[in-house]
Amino acid sequence: MGAIYRREMGSFFTSGLGYVFLTVFYAFSGYFFYTEVIESGISDTSPMFARMFIMFIFLIPVLTMRLLSEEKKNRTDQGLLTAPINLWEIVMGKYMAAFTLFVIAECIVFVYALVLRYLGSVVWASLIGNFTAMLFLGAAFIAIGIFVSSLTENQMAAAVVSFVVMLIFYLFDETLLIRVSNDTVREVLTALSFRTRYYEFTKGVFSLSSILFFLSTAFLFNFFTVRVLEKRRWS
Amino acid sequence: MIEVKNLTKKYGDKLAVNDISFKVEKGEILGFLGPNGAGKSTTMNMLTGYISSTSGHILINGKDILEQPKEAKANIGYLPEIPPLYLDMTVDAYLNFMFDLKKCKLPRRAHLDDVCGLCKITDVRKRVIKNLSKGYKQRVGLAQALINNPPVLILDEPTVGLDPNQIIEIRSLIKKLGKKHTVILSSHILPEIQAVCDRIIIINKGTVAADGTADEIAKNITNEHKMTMRIEGGTHTASDKEKIVSALRSISGVKYVRADMEREKGIYDYDIETDGKTDVRREINKVCRDNGWNIMMLQLSDLTLEDIFLKITMGENFDMNSEKKESKPRPRINLVSESDSGANDDGDKNESEKKADKKTDKSDSAGGDK
Repeated sequence: MGAIYRREMGSFFTSGLGYVFLTVFYAFSGYFFYTEVIESGISDTSPMFARMFIMFIFLIPVLTMRLLSEEKKNRTDQGLLTAPINLWEIVMGKYMAAFTLFVIAECIVFVYALVLRYLGSVVWASLIGNFTAMLFLGAAFIAIGIFVSSLTENQMAAAVVSFVVMLIFYLFDETLLIRVSNDTVREVLTALSFRTRYYEFTKGVFSLSSILFFLSTAFLFNFFTVRVLEKRRWS
Repeated sequence: MIEVKNLTKKYGDKLAVNDISFKVEKGEILGFLGPNGAGKSTTMNMLTGYISSTSGHILINGKDILEQPKEAKANIGYLPEIPPLYLDMTVDAYLNFMFDLKKCKLPRRAHLDDVCGLCKITDVRKRVIKNLSKGYKQRVGLAQALINNPPVLILDEPTVGLDPNQIIEIRSLIKKLGKKHTVILSSHILPEIQAVCDRIIIINKGTVAADGTADEIAKNITNEHKMTMRIEGGTHTASDKEKIVSALRSISGVKYVRADMEREKGIYDYDIETDGKTDVRREINKVCRDNGWNIMMLQLSDLTLEDIFLKITMGENFDMNSEKKESKPRPRINLVSESDSGANDDGDKNESEKKADKKTDKSDSAGGDK
């Protein structure tokens, strides 16, 4: 796992993809920080975090698209799958690399906190709560992105499909769900709504069940990815 | 070291590998030979655990590749058809990555220096793999397989893309490696297999068509105990033939004699088959001398590995152990049609022999008639 993790981290920066991801992330979050926090004159960072959700939908597919699709295309998966390691180590190595980059990006909010501190006071509870929510949301989305990447050899296809999948999760909000007439279906869909769960945090509610939801999504999709790799061997 | 039992792989309905079994002993260099699409790469991919088998077992050093994949894979170094190289890495970074991936416990610097020295890539270690020539990429692929000194090396067409000098180098390297490692190597280049391998398995259409050393295969397939002789009788007429045939038949060790066509005026050819144990040439010589006949020619039907390969893979329904092979037409050098002599050589053959002859004539005249 360590070897794959280190290789992927290196590859993010030699290919430039890591820089692109960080630059775009910083630029947009900076913009949201300016419009939602500084300009509005409210020192609570929650509105900024709420706006950042849509950014993930575009940026996380970029991070995950080539992780497994390119291995398959260049046949480098032959090296990985014939090495004396198990499939979980391969998937987790890649997952943790993408997640690390995501955390590096996310930590920019502490820079914003410093700026806020200079201008006024920081609502630390809200900031830390939102930061945690974003961390786990990212964890879930990255797992979804890697799963999609394992299904194809084409990184653009992987990016577009992960984008669409995440967009669907984004569109699942209260205004849409309210139109579902069947109660049971609505309840299930509400429980699966990433957006509703994430927005809970931005409203100041720290929901442990949502954290668990994101964590289990991450685990489930990593598990699916392992199964896809396993299935490819058996087909 | 490697044991393969009844290995089968199906892709949907297509049978890619059909019931292959073989064993490779420690320190052996085994060559897989076969035309494109014969199932060589599929077999190798199964041996290394990249794909699973539909049925059958593979034991590497006693460990089943599907049941104990980690332990089994730790024994293998694999160079696939397309080397698994990350093009954006430098050779050094890549080899270090493979070193970690294989969880190698050897001293890193010294081991990587060794491997690079063996594969002659020391001078490109700082370069990005993307910019290397195909030959260098192939050698980096080989270096990667050698990391951690695996007891088993599986090399899928290792000399593809190399120039003649490099091919010779790689061959001698493989031979050298064969002293310490068990090597399985695939190729469709015959001289390569002949030059490097102790043992050859010819794979065709997913099955093992032949297994043995080059000599053994040649012997089994071509029936080296078959020969063609041209003997000049006393009278230069067809009546010589019967005398000669019966005289030859009386020699112990001769299984079958057949008079062939008239090659030179009044002189006939004879196909002789022995039991494969006795060398009857001296005895034949003696009989001829006693009868005053002259031996004009003696030719053992000896095929090169190339002939065998073509014979096996060109769609002939070949079966090494079947009796049918005795009625198979042997390759000939003559350009004259055989059918015109068919009336002469009836003699005292039984029905099946006659049938066999007819078959021979038919296929010969269909194939090579002028």
